[in-house]
Amino acid sequence: MIHWLAMGGYWPYIWPSYALTLLVVWLNISAARRSHREALRDARRRLKAQGEAQ
Amino acid sequence: MSWVWFHKLGSPPHFYRIAGKLVPWFAWPALLLCLAGLVMGLGMAPADYQQGEGYRIIFVHAPAAWLSLMIYSMMATYAAIGLIWRINVCHALAASCAGVGASFTLVALVTGSLWGRPMWGTYWEWDPRLTSELVLLFLYLGYMGLRGAIDDTSRADRASAVLAIVGVVNVPIIHYSVLWWNSLHQAPSIMQMKKPTMPPSMYVPLLLMLLGFTLYFVAILLVRARGEVLRRERTARWVGESLGAGEAA
Repeated sequence: MIHWLAMGGYWPYIWPSYALTLLVVWLNISAARRSHREALRDARRRLKAQGEAQ
Repeated sequence: MSWVWFHKLGSPPHFYRIAGKLVPWFAWPALLLCLAGLVMGLGMAPADYQQGEGYRIIFVHAPAAWLSLMIYSMMATYAAIGLIWRINVCHALAASCAGVGASFTLVALVTGSLWGRPMWGTYWEWDPRLTSELVLLFLYLGYMGLRGAIDDTSRADRASAVLAIVGVVNVPIIHYSVLWWNSLHQAPSIMQMKKPTMPPSMYVPLLLMLLGFTLYFVAILLVRARGEVLRRERTARWVGESLGAGEAA
């Protein structure tokens, strides 16, 4: 296991690369979901305001 | 053959509904492909005869670099379709591409830099491939900045579309830079018209990662574009109808 993690001495380059990629993959997922959720919330709020105005 | 389905996709309510249904069909295969690619790439693929274990950065670097180019080409295509045929959904798709593309351009640059340090002895060099990829990052940032600076959505759509289309000239420059100029960067391993320059034990995991990242991007794009379409159409009647029916969740 330690041998594998060491990656032949290249671990200081390999693992930060994988960590950064994973972070960006995750950030894109959460940003996309948040943006859709916010658009939904705004649309619902607008509908409610319209309903009360009528 | 009927093209009705195609024209329907240009209509916001249909796009919103169909995109929502498609997301899991891209997201789950993307997860499975990337997991398989990671296990094979980090656990089963042999070490490289020149670069030892260090070459394994390729399994995240190449997919990120591929996405950076593919997303830009897609963004420019959507922008052009939106500009020529005035299809609002296409402008929404183009606008949704930029942030994701910029983030993976950054990943390609940083992971490439981390790979360059042990192999070339430097984190950065003003090399044709590296410099043109940096220009790509600035194009994405310029596109996003331009959109952000114009309040009127349809004017922002048109102005940013022109920028996206002009900038697409950089895409072939990046791809062919390693062949046209004397670059530190290695030549393509599989993105070429010949046999891969790697054994299957290396290119199969790389292909899985490339495909996985592509499907992942489509899922992200669909979710982002749904939000974007909803924002643009917030005054339209279909929004009220589909939200009222509880369909839009």
